[in-house]
This record gives sequence, structure tokens and C-alpha cells, in this order.
Amino acid sequence: MNAVSARQRGRAALLIAPLVIFLGVFFLWPLWLMVDVSIRNDAIGGAFPRTSELIGSWDGEAMPEADIQAALVEDLREASQSTLGAAVRTLNSQVSGFRTLMGRTATAARDLGDGQTLDLRQIDDRWAEPRFWRAIQVSVAPYTDRNLLAALDLQRSDTGEIEQMASSASANRLIIWRTFAIAGSVTLLCALIGLPYAMLAASVTGWKRNALLLAVLLPLWTSLLVRTAAWFILLQNEGIINRTLIGLGWIDGPLPLIFNRLGVVIAMTHVLLPFMVLPIFSVVSAIPKNLMPAAASLGARPLRAFWRVLLPLSMPGLLAGSLLVFMVAIGYYITPALVGGPNDQMISSVIAFYALQTANWGMAGALGILLLGVTTVLYLVYGRLSRGGAPTGA
Amino acid sequence: MLRVAQAIFGIAAALFLILPIVAILPLAFTSSIFLNYPIPGYSLRWFAELGESAQWRNSIINSLIIGSGATILSVVLGTLAALGLRGRGIPFPNVLRTIFLLPMVVPAVVLGVGLQISLAQIGLASSYPGVIFSHAVLCVPFVVVSVSTALQGINPTVERAAASLGASPTRVFRRVTMPLAMPGIVTGAVFAFATSLDEVVLTLFVAGPNQRTLARQMFSSIRENISPAVAAAALLLIVGTLLLALLAAYTRRRAAKTVEA
Repeated sequence: MNAVSARQRGRAALLIAPLVIFLGVFFLWPLWLMVDVSIRNDAIGGAFPRTSELIGSWDGEAMPEADIQAALVEDLREASQSTLGAAVRTLNSQVSGFRTLMGRTATAARDLGDGQTLDLRQIDDRWAEPRFWRAIQVSVAPYTDRNLLAALDLQRSDTGEIEQMASSASANRLIIWRTFAIAGSVTLLCALIGLPYAMLAASVTGWKRNALLLAVLLPLWTSLLVRTAAWFILLQNEGIINRTLIGLGWIDGPLPLIFNRLGVVIAMTHVLLPFMVLPIFSVVSAIPKNLMPAAASLGARPLRAFWRVLLPLSMPGLLAGSLLVFMVAIGYYITPALVGGPNDQMISSVIAFYALQTANWGMAGALGILLLGVTTVLYLVYGRLSRGGAPTGA
Repeated sequence: MLRVAQAIFGIAAALFLILPIVAILPLAFTSSIFLNYPIPGYSLRWFAELGESAQWRNSIINSLIIGSGATILSVVLGTLAALGLRGRGIPFPNVLRTIFLLPMVVPAVVLGVGLQISLAQIGLASSYPGVIFSHAVLCVPFVVVSVSTALQGINPTVERAAASLGASPTRVFRRVTMPLAMPGIVTGAVFAFATSLDEVVLTLFVAGPNQRTLARQMFSSIRENISPAVAAAALLLIVGTLLLALLAAYTRRRAAKTVEA
């Protein structure tokens, strides 16, 4: 019975193959492309093939040898307008001045007759400065960490050291911090509501338990968009909450509940609360019912019995729920986009901005790698936790 | 005292979970142009708007096309894979299972960027197949999980009994395994369709204006010019999901009856 025949094995492989191929093409390959596009650096290598071959041997001190200069002139003659444009843009973003320098040199190179050589220093004396050559030398490498560093507000200086970007240049670190802060507050709120809720649901029976669980499952089955739209309606200045509070005479004007951090946290807590309640409930409901009476019979007051018996036993559920909520929360896009203001946008919004508005896939990919990395680590920890199983009764 | 506090907390938390969803529904029937309470009068004008406005109507049609495509694709691929994982002929079944579930974990925006680049490279950017394939990636985990669960519940002796009575392997599969796995397949299909129906982020990245889905249309409507049409669309989505859930429950019950009989 244990021997698996080759035929069985072949049939199983044949059944799985379509999905493996499908996910390979439409899941793993896209993720790899995203990584690739953020570290690949072919704009310059593609525009200057001859230069990139030779410039590696340059010592970086004085003006490069004549053969490297000749290679650059030849590359400028041959390069098409569009590849050259992209390359010069990239170079110019590293060392400003490249645009005029390359433009002037390219014109001179095209006007050059066959067999003639060009003295670059005569066209523009900036070619005597090593920093322009160094920028080319660095940029022709097939891979670059420029985008990855920029995702963390870092950059390389002219000499290649990693340094802080000017604080006005980029705000990625702020947004990463904000993402963690929002996800953290949502997780905390979910835990504060979810833990007692799950314990309550586990402690009652019959229709009460069903009602409490239904209240968790119903939102889970409802479209995310519907739930976010619902919060939009509730939270707006003319919404139900503000209208009720004004009607009761508790406040004079509408509270600012939407397009700010408060609205995002409230809506996300609502959306993610089921992910907290369900893992805790499955752990707590498996705890033997006689433990609390046992603790009481040994003289523990209810609070002490809760603190020393029930809470420690619920910890695996709380941990799993918190990880799950945090993991989902850091990737959130729709809710902050709809009920948040400009200062509540999370890392996903920045990725979407780079990819959809500015077509800067390098930066989108670099931030995507960051988000993917954090999510993967959390998922692995979560998988390990849930595989360990809940220590019931132990 | 503690009991009262518990009851108050339980009711308050349950209301927090349920009320927002309930609150949006009556607004679908408002006669006002504002998506807001109080409702001045009731009318069906916003449902008419969904049917008459080209934007909304096309988005509903697109959602049905893309949802059906993604469901069929993911059900076929996911069911085959679940059947393959069932046998013992596959090395590292747990690694494969984890890979099949990964699309649920990867943030949608990250996958969106990757798909935007890759679909452009193979010429599927802003096309129906591109959107359907993207959605199917997200749907596959649900199908694999629910079909695998259904297959695990099948008692192997039933299949062996059929084989010992002279049924060929194909016949055993068609007459015993498939009917028993059917509830799982239907559940998977329902989840798949609901996932595709609700998907916004990937659609933002890979769909062109011609593939705008209902969820995508709701997203931009909330963002740009919110109107009660959003509430009407929300009601449609809720009713649609509910019908699908009922369908799944019905097939499961019928399958249970068939097995008993």
C-alpha cells in the first residue's frame, strides 16, 4: 500500500501542473519582475554599450583614457533619441548638469565625420571633472541599489558612501513609520475589543453565542467596499454619528471624523476585527470549562483566576489574531484611500502613486519589496505559531 | 454587575460590527440626490440609474464577465490541483500547498505592480483575459482550500468499495469522488466569484477603462462624486453574495441528503 506507483505519481503531477504553471506565470513571475525592475539598471548600459564595456577599467581619478572617450562618442552617435533621453534623465537625476553636457556632446558627435576624433574637453570642459565620468561608471552596472536605498530615504554620495537624503527630498521613512503606527493602533484596538468579545462568545451558549458569532461573520462576508462605503456615510460631517450627537445636544458643530487618522483607524478596526475575534475564539472555546471553577475552588478570586489561568491560555489566539490583523493592515489601500486624508496614506498608496501616476516602477517595486518582505516575515511567524497549535489544558 | 457589563459590552460590540452595514442599505431607496440621512422619500431611481447610466451598466456587465471567467478558471485549476495533492504521489505537498495559498497573503498592491509590468510584457495589459487571469490568482486559494477539505472528508473505503464492485477508476471518479467533492467545489466557486466581485486593487492596476468592474466603479464614485447609486450598488453586491451563499448551503444540504439516501 505504501509504494506509490510511477503511474500514480505521474497522474498527480499532471493534475497539479496546470495550477503550478498558472501561478508561475501570473503570480511568481510578476513578483520577480517587480523585484527585478527595482534593481535593474539597463537604461544607461543599453544606451552606452561600448562605454559600459570599457569604463570598468578606469581608475576614477583623472580623465579616462582616449579609448573610453572614443567609445562614448561612438555610443552617442549611434544611440537613438529615445534610449539616449532615458539614459540622460537617469544620469541627470544623479549629477545635475548631465542634460546640457550630453546634449552638447551628442550634437557634436553626430556632426563628426568618419575617421575624425573628438576632443571632449573642447566641447565642454566639464568632461575634465571626474564626477561626471564616475556617475557613468556607477550607472552602467547592470544592477543598482538606488531604488532600494531611496525607499528608505537613503542615497549614495558621489564617492559611493550611503548617506541620508535631504529631509525635503523624500518622505518614505515617515510613511513607513506611519504605516506601522496605523497598523499598530488598529491591532491594539482590535485586541482590546476582540479579546473580551471572543471570551464572552466562548463563555455563553445557545442563541447568544450564535448571535455573537453571526455579528462577526456577517461583516466578514460583506464586500470590503460596501463596508468602507458604509463608514464613509456614517463618518461624514452630515453623517449619522455627527447628526445624532448634534441632535442630542452633546456637540455644537460636526466632529471631524472623516479624512483624518481617526476615521481610518475606526473603519479599519471594523473591517479587521473578525480576524482578531475568530482565532481567539477558537483557542478560548477549546479551554476546558472546569479550569475557572477549579481555580476558584483553590481560593483564587475571579480576577486572579482570569489573570493567571484564562488569559495565559488565550495568549496563542491573541498572538495569532494580532499578527494576522497587523499583517493585513500594513498592506491596506482602499480604506485609507477612501476615508483617510492626505496625511493618512499608507505605504500601499505610495506604491500605487508611483506605479499608476508617475510610471516610476523602480520606486514602486522597491517599496513593494519592503512591504512584501515585512509581510512574508509576519506570515512565516504566524505559520509557525499556528502550526505549533494551541496548548489546550497544558 | 459583571453580567450587566458583559451584556452591555457584547451588545455594543455586536452593534459596532453590524450597524454600519445595515445603515447603508436604506439609502439605496432614497429619492434624494445626497447619500445621507434623513431620507426624504423612497424611490427606485438609483436602481434605475444603475441600469440606465452607461458607466454603471457596463461595470455590472464587466463584473459578471470577469467574475465568471475568473471563477471558471480558478475552479478548474484549483480542483485539479486539490485532486493531485490528495494522492501521495507528490513530493513536498506542504510546500506546494503553501505556495497555492500565498496569493491570499501577498499585499494586493504588490501583486498589482508586478502584474502591471508582466501583463504589459505579454501584451495582456488592459484586456479582459489580463483582468480575468489576475483575479483568478486571488481566487485559486479559496478553491484549493474548500475542495481539499471536501476531499479529506471522503471515506476512502467508499471508493474502494466501488472499485471492488468492478467500477473502473474513471467511473469511480465520476460517480463517487466527484459527487462527494461537489459541495466543496461549489463553495470554492462561490468564494471565487465573491472575491472577484469585490476586487478593486488589482483591477486598478491591470484593467483599462473598458474593463471597469462594479467594485472599481464604486471605488471611484466614492472618491470623486458620491451618490446614492453607491448604496444601490452595495445592496446589489450584498444580495448577490447572499444568494451565492444560499446556493452553496443548498448544494451542501442536497449532497448530504444524497449520501444518506
